[in-house]
Amino acid sequence: MGVSEIFESMAYGPAPESAADALAWLVDQGSRFGHFIDGEMTAPGDEFESRNPATGEVLALVSQATQGDVDAAVAAARRAQGQWAKLGGPGRARFLYALARLLQKHSRLFAVLETLDNGKPIRESRDIDIPLAQRHFYYHAGMAQLMETELPGREALGVCGQIIPWNFPLLMLAWKVAPALAMGNTVVLKPAEYTSLTALLFADICRQAGLPKGVVNIVTGDGAVGEMIVGAPVDKIAFTGSTEVGRRIRTATAGTGKALTLELGGKSPYIVFEDADLDSAIEGLVDAIWFNQGQVCCAGSRLLVQEGIAERFYAKLRVRMDGLRIGDPLDKCIDVGAIVDPVQLERIRGLVGGNTEGETYQAATPCPEGCFYPPTLITGLSPASALMQEEIFGPVLVATTFRTPSEAVEIANNTRYGLAATLWSENINVALDVAPRLMAGVVWINGTNMFDASAPFGGVRESGFGREGGWDGLLAYTRAGKTAQPVKPLTPFAGAEAEPQPVDRTAKLYIGGKQARPDGGYARNVYDKAGRLIGQAPLANRKDLRNAVEAARGAVAWGGSTAHLRAQILYYLGENLSARSEEFARSIDRMTGARDGAKEVGAAVNRLFTYAAWADKFEGRVTQVPLRGVAMALREPCGVIGALCPDSAPLLGLVSLLGPALAMGNRVVLVASEAFPLIAADLYQVIETSDVPAGVVNLLTGSHAELAPTLATHMDIEAVWSFSSSDVSAEIERGAAGTLKRTWVNHGMARDWSGADGEGRAFLDAATEVKTVWVPYGA
Amino acid sequence: MPEHAPTAAATGQEAAAGETGLLPQTVENRNPGMALDLDWVMRATANRSAIERRAASLPGRRSVKKDYQAAWLARAISCIDLTTLAGDDTVGRVQRLCAKARQPVRADILEALGLPGLTVGAVCVYHDMIAPAVAALAGSGIPVAAVSTGFPAGLSPFHLRVAEIGESVAAGAAEIDIVISRRHVLSGNWQALYDEMCAFRAACGAAHVKAILATGELGTLQNVARASLVCMMAGADFIKTSTGKEPVNATLPVTLVMLRAIRDYHEATGIRVGYKPAGGISKAKDAVTYLALIKDELGDRWLRPDLFRFGASSLLGDIERQLEHHVTGAYSAGWRHAMS
Repeated sequence: MGVSEIFESMAYGPAPESAADALAWLVDQGSRFGHFIDGEMTAPGDEFESRNPATGEVLALVSQATQGDVDAAVAAARRAQGQWAKLGGPGRARFLYALARLLQKHSRLFAVLETLDNGKPIRESRDIDIPLAQRHFYYHAGMAQLMETELPGREALGVCGQIIPWNFPLLMLAWKVAPALAMGNTVVLKPAEYTSLTALLFADICRQAGLPKGVVNIVTGDGAVGEMIVGAPVDKIAFTGSTEVGRRIRTATAGTGKALTLELGGKSPYIVFEDADLDSAIEGLVDAIWFNQGQVCCAGSRLLVQEGIAERFYAKLRVRMDGLRIGDPLDKCIDVGAIVDPVQLERIRGLVGGNTEGETYQAATPCPEGCFYPPTLITGLSPASALMQEEIFGPVLVATTFRTPSEAVEIANNTRYGLAATLWSENINVALDVAPRLMAGVVWINGTNMFDASAPFGGVRESGFGREGGWDGLLAYTRAGKTAQPVKPLTPFAGAEAEPQPVDRTAKLYIGGKQARPDGGYARNVYDKAGRLIGQAPLANRKDLRNAVEAARGAVAWGGSTAHLRAQILYYLGENLSARSEEFARSIDRMTGARDGAKEVGAAVNRLFTYAAWADKFEGRVTQVPLRGVAMALREPCGVIGALCPDSAPLLGLVSLLGPALAMGNRVVLVASEAFPLIAADLYQVIETSDVPAGVVNLLTGSHAELAPTLATHMDIEAVWSFSSSDVSAEIERGAAGTLKRTWVNHGMARDWSGADGEGRAFLDAATEVKTVWVPYGA
Repeated sequence: MPEHAPTAAATGQEAAAGETGLLPQTVENRNPGMALDLDWVMRATANRSAIERRAASLPGRRSVKKDYQAAWLARAISCIDLTTLAGDDTVGRVQRLCAKARQPVRADILEALGLPGLTVGAVCVYHDMIAPAVAALAGSGIPVAAVSTGFPAGLSPFHLRVAEIGESVAAGAAEIDIVISRRHVLSGNWQALYDEMCAFRAACGAAHVKAILATGELGTLQNVARASLVCMMAGADFIKTSTGKEPVNATLPVTLVMLRAIRDYHEATGIRVGYKPAGGISKAKDAVTYLALIKDELGDRWLRPDLFRFGASSLLGDIERQLEHHVTGAYSAGWRHAMS
């Protein structure tokens, strides 16, 4: 076509970005890669092909790591870690800064290589992936610089195994490597087998930056290599990928004591209210579900439109879809590139092809042969439709309608996932009311898929746990620098005789604000140290636990009550406990056979006051995102927390869990000390007189080992804690894999409940979820 | 949005079909306008932050290269309202401008591009320069546009503003660029804006009317959206961003808002209203970005001078240099191209 013809047609022509430099780099490396271990590239081993999904061409041969490779990488990381941590924050900051600078200097090479390897449009790798990766290293260079002054007492975890997905290869590397290195950890990272090349280029950058050998190690290969890393003697596993694999990792690491963060799948709602700027909301959808071919864990893939505007919105959306350009990812004028691999393409085709409901619309825009899939909209689905629930991980948007803001929230939350949510409304009342009610780690108001190193990102429910980015993200790469002793198993005192009491007292369970007899009708005799009978403690079974969770679930208003009210109730609880302190002290001394009951009661009262104080002071943050607007990292309650209380310090231990949980707005199901269960009966009398709403606190007594699996697998509990002296940590972590709930277990280590270790930020962190709410604005 | 059948009766305008063909490029039915629909006007929203993000990312999403770039730049030239609106304009100055309008690019370059007859879209002048411009452009088919209605502030007596239109049409202007009373927008007096625009449109008769919103003085994008709708309802053939005299003139976010209003109006009435960004567009690359935005938001039909104009004076010079570079492969210099 000549100029004069184009003058008439006004077509977009080809606008290709050159691949020459990236291809030359691959050739310079021999087009074959080993692993990056201990500062050196190893000789290539058992190789597999890394292809350009847009053309099917082989880009390079990459090696499948062996157990020996993984062992060598972990050993190198271990050797390097001590020195790396000792280098100090400012010393590490220099290296992170150098990495950021080098990423910037070679930005186009990284962008082109990413697009060749992954199939994403060059516009995205050039304008989004690579700049965000640079930003992550800059930001965390700053975190390294500030670590010693701003995070006193925190130290590196050690060696981190990191497994990342193929949808944002370099960006996910940055999200994992930068915070780990900043905090003094060393890493063994495995890129996804489809997209290893930018990680290998990053290895080259690490050498150029003079990074000490062994600090970053990169091994390549498929899921089998990932499993080797999970099984290796590392201190932490960080994984981003599918929920299915995340569940396997949770199971595999259960009981090992390895720290774990999981960033998994999603089916994120995209809610459009009738007062929204509809054209902008439609443009937002382009960035939500047609960004990176919809292969985005937080893609706004579930469109919820208010009924009155639905048809008009769909009509506008279809027109917009027709304007999308699909094709050569290296073309600078392309909106939708290639699907990462034919396997994924088949999966998308299968899911859409298998759907018989609603109306399917595919963009009337040319779609090339090969690994491409047209932008697709399926309207008229209901929440019950399979495609409204299953993550498609492709450019397929499913849609339904709602009538009211509350119904929008209900439909939005009707999912196993909880990664992100988007809402569009010009009404600040609607937007700021709905955002906190959405079950998601990230909420975007009048925008979508916005990311920044300073804004925590991560999910709830089966979208995983842990946050990446911001101060909150550093929790995942540090620990309190203390050495703990193993917890001593406490067995109840034994006795033979049933000596009658002056007046028989009946200890019960406390469920839904009422004293309840145990479902099984069993109780156990409780003796003092001398073997004298002091009472009978009910033995809760799985049904009692079920009832308690149901009661807690019902007490939903607690989460929405004001922090001031929660503080008042915790103070009141402390006041009423204090009023009965002598009685409690005697009771504790009798139960434990020790003499520090009075001290324990005093500490418990103090602890309740501490958390009453915290209730309205554990605040979120406004993060410094590069945007006219705010991104607020809110602290929200987890929901229902189930906890096995410490066996020692029966009152103080229980109060140490109850306090932070209630202060932050959670409802709790607490299983009291197994050794000294009668404390529960004393305590619920105080609770009953302290204005604690029914269902907010539920107290059970019984066998920790027996209740742990039910607690761990119960699907309506958001988090499980265990400080039991029974060996249940592994069981809980394994059981929690089912719904990927958060767990906080002691791994058999003791905690000094009477000291600083028994309270504070760690408890508040565990009792809250970080939700990042992005609010761009502009008059 | 309700369906609005275009009715000539609504504004008392002549039947649209009768005016077709007035301008060389005109093939569309003129906008007959419609009754003021305040529900629709008040529903219009514009989320500034989202609009700015879309505008900011657009240049990275759309790119044209080589022959395509040359063709697009030639298209941009065909849509330029070559403008002089200065206090020191003289007949000589306007004659020079008109000569440039007839031959906007050196003949050898146009020959190489295969576009020998390329001219700009129109010449835009003040009232007193209409006659010399019409004379200088005789036989070229290039229309003369005149700014009017107390341009740029629009604060002269209303009857004089209306009379000014009549004078300019009588002097031979085929297009009239009117300025709206910004105070009607800022005070939310949409009825007054509508009435004013209807009066201006009526005074234009067969001449096409471009409504200058002076978006830099309207305060918010939401006001831009609403003012755009009201002017279209009142029969504007074009909506135009700026006089070029406001502190902020044409911008991509403002463009996006006005294009979306035009799209909604077309959806509702079937009528295509034209768009003219004016002021501040001086680079070839910016022109391509504007064309891409129009192509993506409104469609190819709008990429013609009957529905799109650049109000620009220095843009042409940059495009000329780019076109010579395209033809020769070497970067060009300003002095190699005729001045206006």
